[in-house]
Amino acid sequence: MTLRADLRLDRDSGFRLELALTVEPGEVVALLGPNGAGKTTALRTLAGLLPLTAGSVRLDDEVWDEPPGVFVPAERRRAGVVFQDYLLFNHMSALENVAFGLRARGTDRAVARARAREWLANVGLGDFVGVRPRSLSGGQAQRVALARALATEPRVLLLDEPLAALDAGTRVRIRSELGRHLDEYAGHTLLVTHDPLDAMVLADRIVIIEDGRVVQQGSPAEVAGRPRTDYVAQLVGLNLYRGTARGTAVDLDDGGLLTVAEPTEGPVYVAFPPTAVSLLAEPPLGSPRNSWPVTIADLEQHAHTVRVRLDGTPPVLADITPVVVAELRLSPGTRLWATVKATEAVTYPL
Amino acid sequence: MRRRGRLPAVLVVPALVGLAFLVVPLAGLLVRAPWTTLTDQLISAEVGQALALSLVCASLATVLCLLLGVPLAWLLARGDVPGRRVLRALVTVPLVLPPVVGGVALLLVLGRRGLIGQHLHEWFGVSLPFTTAGVVVAEAFVAMPFLVIAVEGALRGADPRYEEAAATLGASRWLTFRRVTLPSIAPGVVAGTVLCWARALGEFGATITFAGNFPGKTTTMPLAVYLALETDPGAAIVLSLVLLVVSVTVLVSLRDKWIGGVS
Repeated sequence: MTLRADLRLDRDSGFRLELALTVEPGEVVALLGPNGAGKTTALRTLAGLLPLTAGSVRLDDEVWDEPPGVFVPAERRRAGVVFQDYLLFNHMSALENVAFGLRARGTDRAVARARAREWLANVGLGDFVGVRPRSLSGGQAQRVALARALATEPRVLLLDEPLAALDAGTRVRIRSELGRHLDEYAGHTLLVTHDPLDAMVLADRIVIIEDGRVVQQGSPAEVAGRPRTDYVAQLVGLNLYRGTARGTAVDLDDGGLLTVAEPTEGPVYVAFPPTAVSLLAEPPLGSPRNSWPVTIADLEQHAHTVRVRLDGTPPVLADITPVVVAELRLSPGTRLWATVKATEAVTYPL
Repeated sequence: MRRRGRLPAVLVVPALVGLAFLVVPLAGLLVRAPWTTLTDQLISAEVGQALALSLVCASLATVLCLLLGVPLAWLLARGDVPGRRVLRALVTVPLVLPPVVGGVALLLVLGRRGLIGQHLHEWFGVSLPFTTAGVVVAEAFVAMPFLVIAVEGALRGADPRYEEAAATLGASRWLTFRRVTLPSIAPGVVAGTVLCWARALGEFGATITFAGNFPGKTTTMPLAVYLALETDPGAAIVLSLVLLVVSVTVLVSLRDKWIGGVS
């Protein structure tokens, strides 16, 4: 029972989606990408809210969409959706919201209400049965939306930015709760998000899309450790370069030379964390491998470090402590030397 | 209280004239009413008959408009039908059409020799013109656009994504309409219904053209007012007052209950 989708869609705006996806039973796949990459569009085609222009959506041997002949509309797909802003029905109580899908699929009224009650208890809202959505907090509304989608026992669960509307504190708690429910759910889950942390924590596999196309996919660890586009590198907070390796020396495509610990040959990516970069006021003495002159473009305070964006050949991000910023009197325009330890730079083939 | 300068006379003067223009004629009705004989007039059989007929016909016409107009509004707002803009324009035609012309048009189609009327008469023995049913048809024809426009506006203002959410939960379009769409546009439907009913209650031109003037059968309040004006102006004023009181009462009571919270 595999969800296989070859999503092809042309929009009037000129946007084109070309996305092949498979989701195994019990698997959680995160679709990660910047705004406008086509994540929500992909989700809507799977839900049956948007017909494909070509390609197909199949759940095992069941065809859900295959233009021009087949299109199973949303109400007959058994795909549960948790929408970004939940879209709870405001004129119904929490219980009626959760029972709605069961009633719509012909479940007896009393049975539907009993099961909705169980689901609300399951998401920790047993005391909120009669409450209207307007009186629920963001986190509670999210949980009602999840219960509403899961109560119908969908074969595919689609989550559209399920945590985006929550404040930071609630988000952490709801994320771990959502993780628990996704672990228990035996169907196929697709999670659409622009937050790499959601994807890393909740997904078994991450598919990264930009401009309607897959640019990288793999386990969270693979994606986090070996980014393949600037967007992904930015998401996971790594310096990423493309170049040609000759032994331990890598000639970077956009200028500059880096030395790495593991010798390889041919076109490679080189990645290292901003914490691997040291900044010096004077050129280092001795063998100046992996050190080059840079100019500060800007400084940004993070929790306990300062991220420094540096122009140079190559440009680089460095994380340093506020103490260093104070000692070296750093400000945009300051000229420095950057050095990177060869052992911290990983290479992997293109 | 601090103010943002004086109100400009160029707006205030026409505004006051406009207000007077709307209110003074109504005040005139009250001033000229034959208060001494008012109660006698009121309990006369003719007034009661005309009032009852008006209320029944306007209410039936409103029900007819709801049954046909709400689905029509849904089709215009949500249905993926070609030529939707043309349809929308057609629906609003009776709104700007002089009611008398509407009555003539109804006669041509539903009259005993009309396009459809002749078959109704032949096959079912039904004849609409000059009957109470004809009054209902004439009123519905004139009043329905008010309802359709109000409901369509409400539908277009309602977020269609709730309907999508209902679909992903397995709800058919009909169930979605009943349980999700309709409750969310209820204030719009009520407002449209009130407008529609008020328009039907005051209908004159199409009614007298299509249904004629038969006391007890087709003589509604507006027709009675018009006829009384020639024979007994005092009675005309009383009838007008009754019509005024009834419409204002209904509007105010519904407004407090439904529309107030929305506007």
